Amino acid sequence: MKNRIDVCFEELKKQNKKALITFVTAGDPDMETTEKCVLGMFENGADIVELGVPFSDPIAEGPTIQKASLRSLKAGTTLDKIFELVCSLRKKTDKPLLLMMYINTIFKYGTEKFFSLCQANSIDGVIVPDLPFEERDEIKDTADKYGIYCINLVAPTSHERVRTIAKESKGFLYVVSSLGVTGTRSNITTDFNTLLAPLKDEDITCPACIGFGISNPEQAAKMSSYCDGAIVGSAIVNIIAEYGQNSAEKVGEFVRSLKDAM
Amino acid sequence: MGKIGRYGEYGGQYVPETVMNAVHELEEAYEKYKNDPQFVAELKALYRDYANRPSMLYYAEKMTQDLGGAKIYIKREDLNHTGAHKINNVLGQVLLAKKMGKKRIIAETGAGQHGVATATVCALFGLECEVYMGAEDTRRQSLNVYRMNLLGAKVNAVDSGTATLKDAINEAMRDWCSNIDTTFYCIGSVMGPHPYPEMVRDFQKIISEEIREQLMQKEGRLPDCVIACVGGGSNAMGAFYDFIKDGSVRLVGAEAAGKGVDTDKHAATMARGSLGIFHGMKSLFLQNEYGQIDGVYSISAGLDYPGIGPEHAYLRSIGRADYVSITDEQAVCAFEYLSKTEGIIPAIESAHAVAAAMEIAPKMGKDQILVINLSGRGDKDVYSVARYREVDINEE
Repeated sequence: MKNRIDVCFEELKKQNKKALITFVTAGDPDMETTEKCVLGMFENGADIVELGVPFSDPIAEGPTIQKASLRSLKAGTTLDKIFELVCSLRKKTDKPLLLMMYINTIFKYGTEKFFSLCQANSIDGVIVPDLPFEERDEIKDTADKYGIYCINLVAPTSHERVRTIAKESKGFLYVVSSLGVTGTRSNITTDFNTLLAPLKDEDITCPACIGFGISNPEQAAKMSSYCDGAIVGSAIVNIIAEYGQNSAEKVGEFVRSLKDAM
Repeated sequence: MGKIGRYGEYGGQYVPETVMNAVHELEEAYEKYKNDPQFVAELKALYRDYANRPSMLYYAEKMTQDLGGAKIYIKREDLNHTGAHKINNVLGQVLLAKKMGKKRIIAETGAGQHGVATATVCALFGLECEVYMGAEDTRRQSLNVYRMNLLGAKVNAVDSGTATLKDAINEAMRDWCSNIDTTFYCIGSVMGPHPYPEMVRDFQKIISEEIREQLMQKEGRLPDCVIACVGGGSNAMGAFYDFIKDGSVRLVGAEAAGKGVDTDKHAATMARGSLGIFHGMKSLFLQNEYGQIDGVYSISAGLDYPGIGPEHAYLRSIGRADYVSITDEQAVCAFEYLSKTEGIIPAIESAHAVAAAMEIAPKMGKDQILVINLSGRGDKDVYSVARYREVDINEE
């Protein structure tokens, strides 16, 4: 079976549209709310959803997602419960679902067991911000075996690495918009035309989406103009922090406003 | 793909893409300067004229007689400038940072000794310095916070997570990702992504090189046992490294058992940890079945870390070094014992090594030699030991 991420980008390309990828921390404030939010995001135009797997020490996250991780862990979220959530979501949606998580979560759970469960629950890919390209062998072969994409990241500091990393990427290339950690930013100043120039080469076919710091429809539109889509996380998590169990509708409205602008 | 920076299966470079080029830049700079005659000469001069090296190797005659076993020598890293072994590493890293043209230095600190050393060397070199310290540790070690401020450093109290050393490292890593162009991250122990474990060990290995030379002069032979405390493990790597090749020298690390390794209040990574990937390295960590990192506890803020440097994990895996767990109570008793017996107040971290020596020395022969690496001095710990003994020494 073809990976849902590939199907998604092919469809978008046909329609000449950009991808909207949205993020929530799984289990914040509880699994029922996460399920409602995910379905609400898809209904309102999200093309791909990333489920954040909470980690005790999320070094790539700013305060917003740090706090969400803590809320989720306090509510008793575990990787097993997230697989149950995905299993339930898969009865209601066939859109691409990704897990965003730290390498220790996969490693400690058992890389083989983890990816076999990803396959069994129809997860399409994983994003592991603390697993750089040089250490990809930690999970690559196992992920390939089960048909799960490991989404590579590039950052404004990647320079000559962009080409090497993009060439080996599957699904999409996650372009980190700015230096630093996740979290909303009022201003993104990276020169994407220079950073992403290598992606124009013919031998690079993987789409690219920009994330980190995108907090409003204008930024989503602007960022996706440089590439194939925009990724929005902390701005959505902020809504959940404010509205708790009643956030699905507000999250849906916000996602709609992002999609309409793109 | 080359498996660089590995000690067996341990080590590696598990950091976000944003800092990868900086990590490679550091690797290149370190490779370039570590054997550069001018760099080596400058560092040697700083060790001698500024840090007060070589540190003395002192024969602890009363302790030897009292314990009735091996002849005990104490390596006096507590007599270094800033009062601990940390200065050895910081002088090396900050000198390297200066060669690399970095203007801003960040560091994490547990007990505050690495933070004080970093603030000190930044003052000396005229560099901007920011130190991350767990909010809980800023309370336990308020004297060191004030000391860092005096030296011109900014201290950021970290409230997230358990508000101790691991959270300070998280926050320092976040800062590093945000300010990678200008900032050099001066890691305080033999941990983190390659090249840090190797580089920090190299800057600390002078401890074992000096022990060898000094003991050769005094006794004409190698020690039978070298003991050091381990949190991340930098003073222990420094005290062990030059002896790894000498199979006759037993190497013992003393980790913090807090209120006991069978309670949930300890920091005994070797006794209770399992293989994981965190803070840039594959090593042993205290963690639950889902890989969530445990909150750890020790009376000693400097040993209060849920992981251990990858080379220590490797040394244990090949049976080259042993690791024992020392409780708060044992450490406090050793703190008091060394003060009364030898007139040396050890850092509560180093008191863990003293406690291990008190167990091991009596079982050794009188013709054998044991060296304790006394990594730091105990002035900073007088308050917390008094608190532990329920003695109120607060003025007014």
